Amino acid sequence: MIARLLELKNLKKYFPLKRGIFKGGNGYVRAVDGISFFIKEGNSFGLVGESGSGKTTVARTILRLIEPTEGEILWGGKDICKFSESEMQELRKNMQMIFQDPHSSLNPRKTAFKSVAEPLTIHEGMRGRKLREGVEELLEIVGLKREHMFRYPHELSGGQKQRVGIARALSLHPKLLILDEPTSALDVSVQAQMLNFLESLQKKMSLTYLFISHNLAVIRYACDTVAVMYLGRIIEMGETECIFSSPRHPYTKALVSAVPLPQAEQPDKIVLLEGDIPSATHIPSGCRFHTRCPEKIGAICEEDEPTTRYFSDGSQVDCHLYQEQS
Amino acid sequence: MERLLEIKDLKIEFDTFEGVSHVLEGINLTLGRGDTLGLVGETGCGKSITAKAILRLLPIPPARIVSGEILFEGGDLLKKSEEEMKKIRGRRIAMVFQDPMTFLNPLFTIEEQLVDVILAHERGDGPGVQGERLDRKRAVEKAIELLSEVKIPQPEMRIKSYPHEFSGGMRQRVLIAMALSSSPQILIADEPTTALDVTIQAQILHLIRHLVQTHGHSVLLVSHDLGVVARVCKRIAVMYAGIIVESCSTAQLFRRPYHPYTKGLLNSILTFSKREGEAQVIKGMIPDLIQPPPGCRFHPRCLEAMGVCEKEEPHFQEIEEGHWVSCHLYKSPSSPLGFESYRLF
Amino acid sequence: MNSTNPTNPINSTWTRWKRERESQIRSLKLTVYTLSRSPLSVIGFCFVLVFLVIALIGPWIITYPGDIKGAIHMDQKLRPPSPSHPFGTDEVGRDIYSRVIIGTGLSLQIGLIIIFVAMGIGVPLGIIAGYFGGWVNEFIMRITDIFLSIPGLLLALAIVGALGPGIKNAMLALSIVWWPGYVRLVQGKTLSLREESFVEAAKSIGASKLRIVFNHILPNCTSPIIVKASMDMGMAILFAANLGFIGVGAQPPIPEWGAMISTGRNYLPDHWWMATFPGLAILITVLGFNLLGDGLRDVLDPQSRI
Repeated sequence: MIARLLELKNLKKYFPLKRGIFKGGNGYVRAVDGISFFIKEGNSFGLVGESGSGKTTVARTILRLIEPTEGEILWGGKDICKFSESEMQELRKNMQMIFQDPHSSLNPRKTAFKSVAEPLTIHEGMRGRKLREGVEELLEIVGLKREHMFRYPHELSGGQKQRVGIARALSLHPKLLILDEPTSALDVSVQAQMLNFLESLQKKMSLTYLFISHNLAVIRYACDTVAVMYLGRIIEMGETECIFSSPRHPYTKALVSAVPLPQAEQPDKIVLLEGDIPSATHIPSGCRFHTRCPEKIGAICEEDEPTTRYFSDGSQVDCHLYQEQS
Repeated sequence: MERLLEIKDLKIEFDTFEGVSHVLEGINLTLGRGDTLGLVGETGCGKSITAKAILRLLPIPPARIVSGEILFEGGDLLKKSEEEMKKIRGRRIAMVFQDPMTFLNPLFTIEEQLVDVILAHERGDGPGVQGERLDRKRAVEKAIELLSEVKIPQPEMRIKSYPHEFSGGMRQRVLIAMALSSSPQILIADEPTTALDVTIQAQILHLIRHLVQTHGHSVLLVSHDLGVVARVCKRIAVMYAGIIVESCSTAQLFRRPYHPYTKGLLNSILTFSKREGEAQVIKGMIPDLIQPPPGCRFHPRCLEAMGVCEKEEPHFQEIEEGHWVSCHLYKSPSSPLGFESYRLF
Repeated sequence: MNSTNPTNPINSTWTRWKRERESQIRSLKLTVYTLSRSPLSVIGFCFVLVFLVIALIGPWIITYPGDIKGAIHMDQKLRPPSPSHPFGTDEVGRDIYSRVIIGTGLSLQIGLIIIFVAMGIGVPLGIIAGYFGGWVNEFIMRITDIFLSIPGLLLALAIVGALGPGIKNAMLALSIVWWPGYVRLVQGKTLSLREESFVEAAKSIGASKLRIVFNHILPNCTSPIIVKASMDMGMAILFAANLGFIGVGAQPPIPEWGAMISTGRNYLPDHWWMATFPGLAILITVLGFNLLGDGLRDVLDPQSRI
């Protein structure tokens, strides 16, 4: 029985809207509105969604870069929301993040060496030759050469910067790596290369991955399990292949059909959603997708939030179309 | 099919700190009436530069047009004066860019900006000239019409909004409306959906297809995403390091690509399909355009490179009906007969 | 794991140092190249260079060292420019050339002290306000606003009026006038840096607030600070000259340019050289720093890099 490394229970993050003299409406942005999932050790879990889905906020809340409003984040069974500052400092060694934009996730005034060395300096107090050897080893693991060591970020390519970020994250030997859009800044022919590299790294260093992306192709390639987010909730979750080859939720269906395929045969009809993604300040009542849903049943979708239906293959969906008959 | 736009042997250089960068090394492109052509390539291949060069939007200096012609409606765009170009930009050839927010003035309503453009085109003046009351009323009506064409709901009301009140997808629609306000012959779209969400991207691509079918505009779509281009365009031109390596119909490209770079690209991109093993990698890196490799620019990374590849640049030849390739591996079937290099697609 | 080979040159301290500096040297070359493309910046740079050189070697190139402060040669008074007195003599016979030259070094000192004191107060306050936000930010920025709302020269005059005339008080007054500008600048830059990914990344690897401020935010503030400081040098020297001109700054017989113009004003237009040469010196210095500052701004602004 593989352990659950990370588990989220009903996680919520609301951002208060600064109201001026005129008050009115809901004073909160409900960025994350009750998320629950778990990641098993050694797994690659993908969180997929568009703007406003809340997936990036989830990532930052797990690391407590942002404080959650409600809910539990369990690491090895313990709720880290209750951890003190010093316990968090210890925890940071176990959980690291690769940031979305490699161009801005490295301090432009620090060489690659200094950026990678920083965690080692802070936590292990390494210096001098030991530090240099440690950094060299890390850079080698990510496939960077010695000549890149003393370069500044603006002298490195997008892929190289990404690797420096990975080396930095690996320096403390974390168990969980959160990857926020790891390939979006890379050229198309290099994206698969990066994912292959991440996969081999995972095996070599026994890592668990949480991928955050809006790019379904990336998630399908790299993740075993996927959770689809919409306006702060997970509306469908399960094994990646199952979810993407036979999606249940109308949103997932629209998402899957919207991905443009580089092939000669183009589909005649795709599921086109009406209108825009609603703003997270005015989340629709009932099922939050009802305003754009092509398979809306009726009043029930507008009034009641659907409850989660679980299936025998381990997948789940939040939709009135699949509600169990009471 | 009538040739609408023809780029012949376009060479462009850029002055940089490290030297002269040869960004375009002899581009040949043809766009017919009602054609949809996708210009595809990775970062630095020169696709955006090509698009901007058509409308003479490149900063000169540091850019420099070394040689070549861009033929449109009987004249060479590269030789026209700035005055003449102003009459073409936005009217005969319109362009839509990647980030809609930077192209809309945040201080004016959508109505004001659309009407501005419409009136400017009708009067034949530059933008910024206010029309008389009567013209203005007509212009507002036309603006509302345009907004409903690009499927903006409740256009009579939304026209009074400011750009920041619109979402990214909506803004892009407004820009498309602006671009089409004067019924241009050609619409150039430079990464129009890259900054948009997947479902919104699908909407915009569908819109572009619909508009092409209804009005018969010709479209040049520049993108790094082969999927996007496959969805909208009937023909695709693949660029690499300043040259067009392959140009053919969409079906031909995906079913039977000829150029080793195209093959490598297709094997290395992530497709949204069930994963079968590992994606392959094109070894090496994009070349330095200040000192590009001699001969064929792709030869250092090419798995099928021959001796001649590092000595001579290959010619852009038609090796099959409608299928052009720039590669030493292939010979045009009628090349020994002094066959004309440029032909209708 | 690569074993450390003792003969491997990468481990030699010298090569390592060179490699670490490679990037910085390349950056410097690019800066110089971009600067040199703007003729005005080059002119500014030359003026500033001349200023600095004269300030440093001043004492060795003057012809009448005694005239700097005390000497009086009434028989030489009010002589027009001549080979022995290239800038003429003043109302008590002192050589204006020597006084202007020494005045250069004096101006440099004045400018540097004002700028450094202003930075020393303004930069830390700006970073603290920007990074910690909340009421700390409000508190610091409101006080800064109060100072900024009073025109600089007027404020300086008021302070000097309270403290009494003299070059030291003038410098103190001008430092007080100058520090709010740095607070504003740095606070704004800190606010934008705070949201950058690399600051987030630093937090996620466990960096303390102090570390983030000194190691991440401060080094990225240096570009706008350098630009502002170079423009400010000229303006600080000008303001000091203004105070000297009014009479509350450097007191005679100190050869400060402003004070010299103040005296020389009374002898216009017949004895034009007394006011003109110090005036020209101010003009060239201030113009030089302004042009150089402008040029540096264009260079250090990343958008100008190709």
